[in-house]
Formats: sequence, C-alpha cells, structure tokens
Amino acid sequence: MTGIDLSLFAIEVGEFGPVSVAGLSTRGGGVEGVRTVVAPSGIAWYNPEEMTVCCGASTPISELRARLSEAGQFVALPDFGTVGGALATASNSLFRLRHGPIRDSVLQIRLVTAQGEVAQAGGPTVKNVSGFDLCRLLVGSHGTLGFIGEVILRTRPSLGAVRWFTGTDDPFVIRRSLYRPSSVLWDGKTTWVALEGHACDVESEASRVRLEPVVGPPRFPPISSCVSPSDLRSVTSRMAPTSFVAELGTGIVHSSVLLARPCIDASVVTLQQRIKTTFDPEGRLNPGRAPWEVR
Amino acid sequence: MSAPVRPVAPTALIAELTTALSPDRVRTSVTELEIYRRDASNIEGSAGIVCFPTTTVEVQACVRASVRHGWPFVARGSGTGLAGGATPLDGALVISTTKMNRILSIDTDERMAWVEPGVINLDLSRVTSRHGLHFAPDPSSQQSCSIGGNVANNSGGPHCLAEGVTNSHILALEVVLPDGEIVMLGGLEPECDAYDLRGVFVGSEGMFGIATRIAVRLTPNPPAVKTLLMAFADTGDGARTVSAIIAAGMLPAALEMMDAPITRAVEDFVHAGFPLDAAAILIVELDGQAHAVEADAQRAADVGWTHGATSVRIAANEAERALIWKGRKNAFGAIARIKPNYYLHDTVVPRAKLVDVLEQVYDIARRHDLIVMNVFHAGDGNLHPLLVFDKREPGVLDRVHAAGEEIVAASVAAGGVLSGEHGIGLEKRDYMSMMFSPVDLDLQARLRQAFDPTGLANPRKVLPSGSRCSDGMVAHGAGLWV
Repeated sequence: MTGIDLSLFAIEVGEFGPVSVAGLSTRGGGVEGVRTVVAPSGIAWYNPEEMTVCCGASTPISELRARLSEAGQFVALPDFGTVGGALATASNSLFRLRHGPIRDSVLQIRLVTAQGEVAQAGGPTVKNVSGFDLCRLLVGSHGTLGFIGEVILRTRPSLGAVRWFTGTDDPFVIRRSLYRPSSVLWDGKTTWVALEGHACDVESEASRVRLEPVVGPPRFPPISSCVSPSDLRSVTSRMAPTSFVAELGTGIVHSSVLLARPCIDASVVTLQQRIKTTFDPEGRLNPGRAPWEVR
Repeated sequence: MSAPVRPVAPTALIAELTTALSPDRVRTSVTELEIYRRDASNIEGSAGIVCFPTTTVEVQACVRASVRHGWPFVARGSGTGLAGGATPLDGALVISTTKMNRILSIDTDERMAWVEPGVINLDLSRVTSRHGLHFAPDPSSQQSCSIGGNVANNSGGPHCLAEGVTNSHILALEVVLPDGEIVMLGGLEPECDAYDLRGVFVGSEGMFGIATRIAVRLTPNPPAVKTLLMAFADTGDGARTVSAIIAAGMLPAALEMMDAPITRAVEDFVHAGFPLDAAAILIVELDGQAHAVEADAQRAADVGWTHGATSVRIAANEAERALIWKGRKNAFGAIARIKPNYYLHDTVVPRAKLVDVLEQVYDIARRHDLIVMNVFHAGDGNLHPLLVFDKREPGVLDRVHAAGEEIVAASVAAGGVLSGEHGIGLEKRDYMSMMFSPVDLDLQARLRQAFDPTGLANPRKVLPSGSRCSDGMVAHGAGLWV
C-alpha cells in the first residue's frame, strides 16, 4: 500500500518565511496576508479488513465518508470541511459520546515540519506504542507545529441506523439510564437522544427509558464552548431555554456567545510555548496563531 | 552479564530527601537497591536511592532535590513493565508511587474517577463494579500493575480491541514536571488545552514527568457478554477467521489467539478445558446489548465454521467464561513449568500478515534452537511471541536476543510496528530507527526537550542515542538490555 507523495507539498512549505495552510476554509482558512499552501487530497488506500484508511489531509470529509460507507464503516469525524482541517482544529462528530474524540482514531500522521522536511508520527497499525505519541500533539495544534499532509485513520464497523428520540424525564437522568447513547442533547426544554445499534436493542432501550421517536438533531447555534460535563446543569441554568443546545456527557455547549472558561495555568502555557518554539523556532507556521490563546 | 558499576548517590541528596519525606521512606541499603534495579524485563540497571512519597508535594520535593543535584530520577509503579522503562540507570533515584494508592473520588453520573498513580488496575475495576462501571484497559498483569504505570506505557490488554488503549480512557493528569512544577494536563471539559499535553504525556514512559493524580474514564459494564472458544487444525484458518470476523462488520470486545504449545502449557496448569489437539484456539468475546451480542455470537460462530474451525463452543455460564479468561491471562505463569526463563515480545502487524509473520517467528525460533509459544491479541494484530529458555544454558541469551531482534525486524518489514503495548523503554530503544527516520526521531526528541530540558527524567530511554536530547551522558553498547 503506497501512501501519498508529500515531496511537492514539502517544497511548497519550504524552509524559510511565513507560511499558512488551508483546506476548504470551512474553519477559518489560512492566516490572512500569509502565503498559503494546500495539502494533498484523495484517498490513497482503504483496507476495510484492517479497519484502516489513508488519505491526504485536504480530502473532503464527505468524500471519505462516502467511500467508507460502501464497506459499512465510518470514522468519527464531523460533517463538513476536510479531514486535515478537522484534525488540526480537533473538531469532533456529534456522536462523540459513543464514538470518542477523533484523536482516538488517528493512527499515523505524515507531516511537513517547520524545517520543510517530511516526518512520520505514529504508525500504520491499529495498535502502536512505539515512541512518543506525536499524533496526539498535532490534533488540535492549528497547524502551528507542522502541516498535516497525510493521515491513517482507524475505521469502525457501522453500528446500525441512527434513530432520534425524545423523553420527558430529566435529561441528566435519561443520559445516566442509557447504556451507551450516541448523543444526548438538551436545550433547556427539549431532550434529543440518538441511539445506534441492533434495531431490537434500540427499541428495548427506548421503551425502558420511556423515549418517543422524534426528528433530530436540532439546529445548533453557531458558537461552541466547552465546560465540564458535571457543570453543565449549573452553567445552562443561567441561560435562556432554547437559546442553547448542550451535549450531555461531553460538555459542549452550542450558543450565540462564547462561555467564559478558566484560564490555562501559566505553567502549562509556558510549556505549550516551549513546544511551539522547539518545533518551529522561527514561528513561521501559521504565524500569529497561538492555540493557548484561542479559548 | 556482570552488573554495571553502581554510582553512589550524593549524601547531600539523601539527606535532603530524608528531610522532605521521612527516614523510613528513603532507602539506600544494598539489598533494597538490588530489588529496584530492574522491572519485569530482563534488563538490569542500578538504583542509587529508592523513595516512597505519599503526596504530590512530596513527589515534587523528590524531583526538585534530584534536579538540584543533577541526579537522574525514574518513576516506578508496580514494576511490571516488560521493556525496561522503569529500570534505573546510573544509580538513579527511584521514585516509587506504591504508597500513593487511593481512589480519591468516583463520579458515577459522569462515569469517571480520580485516582492516585499507585492504584492497582484491577482494584479500580473491582471497586467501581458495584456502580456497574470498570476501567477498560486490562493488561494481563492487571492484578498487580498500577494505573500510573498504565499511563506511562499507554497500556493495552485483550479488551482494548473495541475500547481502545489507555490513552482513550484518561481525562486529566496532575503532573510533577521534570523541573518540579505541578501542572494539570487535560481536564474534565473536552478540548480544554491548546496542544493535547495530556495525550502526549500518556505513553511518555516517565520522560515527561510524574503523574500524581489521574482522572480516568469509566466504562459501563456491558448488559450482555458471550464468549466463544474456537479450535482450528491449522493456525492459518484461525488467523483468517479473525480477519473474516472484522470484515463481516463485527468488532468483538476481544479476539485472542493461542497456538498449540501455549495451549498445552496452560491447560496442564489451569485446566480451562482448552482443546489439546488443536493447532490454534481463538477466544472471541462479544459484549454490548443483548440482541446485538446474540446475533453477533451466531455470526462469529458461522464465520469460524466456514473457515475450518474443528469446534466452536459458547461459554454456557459466567463460571465457564471466567475459566477461559483465567487460562488466557495466566498463560505466562504456565510456562514456568517448561523452562525457568522467558522473554516476551510485543509487536504489531497488519491482521492480513498474521499468518505470514507467525510462520517467520516459528522459523526464527527453529534456527536459533529455541522454544517459542504464541498467545496474542489477534484482533489488533498484536503478536506476543514468548521465547522460553533456561538462562543457565551457556550462550542461550545471545540466541534469545538474536531471535528477538529478527522477530522485531520481520514485524516491521511486514508493515508493522515495534510495540503494541509494552513500550520502547531500553528494550527497543535501539530499534527505533527500524521504524523512524532521523527526521521523525528528531521531532520526538524535540518534544522530550520541551518537557524536560535538563534530561534528568528517566534518561536514555525510548530515544536512541544520537537524538538531540541531552540524555546521552554515558554511551552503552547494544548488550545493555539483558
């Protein structure tokens, strides 16, 4: 199985001067006024029996999804944009509660470093603890430590059709009562529950927790904030019903404002900055972006 | 092999530690230092001091004292590691977390717990089971390995096929960094840090600091479980069944394979009812909700039959199921009846290459005149060839190491990786270049440098010498890892 040739991408990134990366620009795109490069696109190979797929970073998520669904598999990515963009910004699927964050599905990343060299992080197999887990560092790094060129993701067999339900019990009680819901959403008034699995299991789970079928999911307000799942009730109690949609169990709140969060500890910021300086001493990758300031 | 010369720890450092902790928790006697010179691997080093902090502040005091004296330090949990990750070198200060073993809190609503690093893996699941929850990573050593050690090694276990390894189950870490700062990495809220420092700390083998409090994710116990035991007259049929089960759209909770030699050894020891005439047996466990488990158990059994299974047995009850797992998890205890010593390997290959690499493993063992047994996480392609030997036989260790290196090389050549769950430590440090280019290794070294500019946290592990780190104080030959 041959991966994607990243040598041209490496030449474009080069060794000197500010450079930015963009995909479909659904998550803000490149840094304004800075030379922008685009990573390779396309699925290099897909091996359903190994549950692994390899693609270029700027492959549209829709293209990847279509290909995986042909073999009855999926990967826990959000609905829009490119694979690399979702990884760089650590954007997750609505079904994160069941399928986990995308960083748990990243097996290998080949990237272009600030020195313009192609490097490999992680490995191609579904299990690997060979050396430090640099893939974890790159997911959510907003292209400030290296530009993702190609990724190998772990796929999973589809669990069955998603069905949406609603219930009248307290949403937190509903979430606790369910074995493994794919999503539990609440807007202060209505609860939406997504269940996946064997049709009979979904039926019996829904009737056990007294859920009724409903159309879902709701439309999300534009801004997402993160809070501790155990603080969700108190945080949302200060918000007008229907002005937000909260993801129970994961702690993401969609609303029209960015909710205040505790500052990152000063020592942690120092460590983050030290990592940035060690990886990109001249600060040439996505200049001006400092993930520890984007809250 | 003769023991390395033990450098003597500075008296001033010992005095400082004694003041910070208490005299009974700072040990320097020769007999005690002997115990701590290695982990569960065959690799020996030398400990200069062993101390037993009970709080984060005490761990901080140990780290600060060590750094002040320019002395290396190594965190150690239960010492069950198999790659020499906790083996101290050059008389390092061993910071044992065994006295930090409290479960601090359990949040059953949010399915998480705060624990100290010395909590034993199985103890956590036992305590949380009354709430219908467990900690998913389940290494075979789970009766004795610690959560802190699981974090350091990003440990796996049979049930990580569906649930993922330790990194997927850690929410936050309170860490004493190598400069003595106490920080919180990660958090209970999703995406709370910029760079995922929690994620890179997991699996950093004690080289990025010492975790002193750990927030773990707990997994609900499945409402239904079915365990199948399949026998095959041909190992290849068993391996093809593994791939076919995955290809059929099932993701079992566990897919474990044992070859004939290990099955016989275990059966003599545990009496688990394993078939003795099979070339390989496959344990397939399905868990989740009742209908899906029932349907998948039937489908998995059918896949087995169509791929040449000579028998398929579904565990009739919990006792039978427990016995199957007792057999699987005690495999390594059973081999002591054959030869006194063993060397357990750990590599991963693509599932489709399992048969091919297994055949190479048998061939390698034959050429080196060694007994090899295989018990492994087939679903992950995670091989565990077990070389058994008697180290009193002259020259046998050289053969064991030569065979081991060939097994690792064969796995990497088949598109695999160096380690699936044991880590790199000292054992595979010098193999890193089989898998990574100098540019790749340089990036890993940069990360190490950012976390530990002085290079005193567990020096000279993971990264081969010649990397940019300031770890390379003493040059060691390849013969160190015995």
